[in-house]
Amino acid sequence: MKNINLARNEVLVALVILAFCAFAALSDPRFLSIPTLTDLLRNGIILGIFSVGAMLVLVSGGIDVSFTAIAAFAMYTTTVFLLEYAPGLPWYVIFAIAMVLGALLGCINGVLIAVFRLPTLIVTLGTLSVFRGFLLTFVGSKMISALPPDMRGFSRMMMVRGTNADGSFYSLPWAFAALVIVVVLTWFILHKTMLGRSIFAIGGSDESARRIGIHVTRVQFFVYVYVGALAGLAGIIHASMSRLANPFDLVGLELSVIAAVVLGGARLAGGYGTLTGTLLGVALIVLVQNSLIVLGIPSTFQSITIGILILVGTGLPAWQAKRAEARAA
Amino acid sequence: MSRTISSRLSSPEARLALIAVLVFVFMAVLSPDRFLSVQNLTSMAFQFPEFAILALAVTVTMLTGGIDLSVVGVSNLSAVVAAMILASIAGETAVGAGAVMWLILSMVVALSIGAVCGLFNGALVAFVGMPPILATLGSGLIFTGIAVALTGGSAVMGFPAAAAWLGNGLVLGVPVPLILFALLAAIVAFIVSRTAFGLKLIMFGANPRAARFAAINVNGLLLRVYMLSGALSAVAGMLVMSRANSAKADYGSSYLLLSILIAVLGGVNPYGGYGKVIGVVLAVLSMQFLSSGLNMLQVSNFARELIWGVLLIFVMLVNSPRAAALLRRERTT
Repeated sequence: MKNINLARNEVLVALVILAFCAFAALSDPRFLSIPTLTDLLRNGIILGIFSVGAMLVLVSGGIDVSFTAIAAFAMYTTTVFLLEYAPGLPWYVIFAIAMVLGALLGCINGVLIAVFRLPTLIVTLGTLSVFRGFLLTFVGSKMISALPPDMRGFSRMMMVRGTNADGSFYSLPWAFAALVIVVVLTWFILHKTMLGRSIFAIGGSDESARRIGIHVTRVQFFVYVYVGALAGLAGIIHASMSRLANPFDLVGLELSVIAAVVLGGARLAGGYGTLTGTLLGVALIVLVQNSLIVLGIPSTFQSITIGILILVGTGLPAWQAKRAEARAA
Repeated sequence: MSRTISSRLSSPEARLALIAVLVFVFMAVLSPDRFLSVQNLTSMAFQFPEFAILALAVTVTMLTGGIDLSVVGVSNLSAVVAAMILASIAGETAVGAGAVMWLILSMVVALSIGAVCGLFNGALVAFVGMPPILATLGSGLIFTGIAVALTGGSAVMGFPAAAAWLGNGLVLGVPVPLILFALLAAIVAFIVSRTAFGLKLIMFGANPRAARFAAINVNGLLLRVYMLSGALSAVAGMLVMSRANSAKADYGSSYLLLSILIAVLGGVNPYGGYGKVIGVVLAVLSMQFLSSGLNMLQVSNFARELIWGVLLIFVMLVNSPRAAALLRRERTT
């Protein structure tokens, strides 16, 4: 039986998104148009890639706040390196370099968390400032707008391009395909491989996972390396799309990302999280960040809105769980 | 009974005291005339109390196994409201008894706002059953958002001259912020180690289920803990406001990481159940010695961030039983 279950975050978030769009369309009919859609999709790319990674960490029972620093580090260092030594490399090699850099930084998190079993929030808070401090002290703190030619070339590659009735342009860059690939790959890992089952198992209970023979250290290590690589990818795409490598960028986004992920129903305690929910959460956050003004709510209320969404989105399930527990006891 | 040095160093507080002394001596040796100057020592005493008080706020919640990510939001919101009272009602020209009265009133208002924000956090954690990280992450955004909405995002300025005393004044040659911090640290230390409430706090942090079975009023406990944290944050907000002579919704955003870092560095167990205020005080001192020493050596702010992060991870590694076990195994094999 497939009832609509209101207790599920996915359903809740989807309804809020629909309501949001309905109200936005009522107050401004131009809201329901292809340019709005392509704008939202484009703005969701970076947040989406980050969120998929953050979701994976939550599922494994941890939390990561350092990924934005990893992204900034990988993006900026790759750009500086390329401009110095090999400005002519094609974009896919550039992306690969950034991802490898991100994965290497992820290794540091992985060692501290998987091998030394330090608490994940504190470790990643620490590595956040280490990565950022290292980047700004030793690599550089100047913005670079003269990017390698192929990064700029990538930003001009469009999947869809068109003109409105009123003559304005809209377009969806190929960078969006990166988000799609990341989502499909993560879905495959989570649901079609032993590794994915192990990640869920560890998140549920790492002691039980260990007893049924899962190599917990190795799986956790993989999670942080994978998230690092995703962060590197998101960083380099961000720089390419904005045609600017700004070392101060991205850091500060982690709270929005975690908000998107928990709105999508991933549990902080681990063991539960879905890609659908995560993407819906991202959609909602992007909507709030870009289109609140359409509803007549001033943009100064943006953080209040996101805060309330987090509290309601995570409070409702928590409250229901608490009531269920009280009834069982 | 004589104790060996190694057994004395087995407690995290003793190790921290050693670190604090080492950092102090190291900096004093590197630049003796500047680091040990009266000017530097007093400027340090003015600087650290604001984030040290935030660290106390994080500490009390961490003792219960929770965390308060809204401390900076609470401190800015209460500072903004206090600043609005001082700037628009009292006005820049207020002097004498009138100004002092407005200052006291604004402090009372700030403290009440801090406590109400804390009550809100506590209710989310206790009655709704939300994980503290998410509850305070969301509420922190809301508090900051309210401060932004109140001010339109700009700074509130133009206080009576009396307001500057809180952050810049001296009593018998001792900076007011330092006195305030010492007082609050003593109060928190007393609450944690000498009262029934403190004992229950630690018990709940060590094992929430056992605490529930021991008939501890868990909900009341959580409400009071988060209220305490909110009120402490409000005091920090007032200090920042007085020192900056203005209040803004996004002041001190780097203090959140710093205050968590100090609490963990101070040996407070992030899972709850263990932590001493003296540890937090020692951690604050070592951080301040380190950062003003680095300042004298003309190290950039970014390098300071790097060093703080490294220090945090290093201390965690040193205190981690797992790391010790791995090290021992390597030595024997």
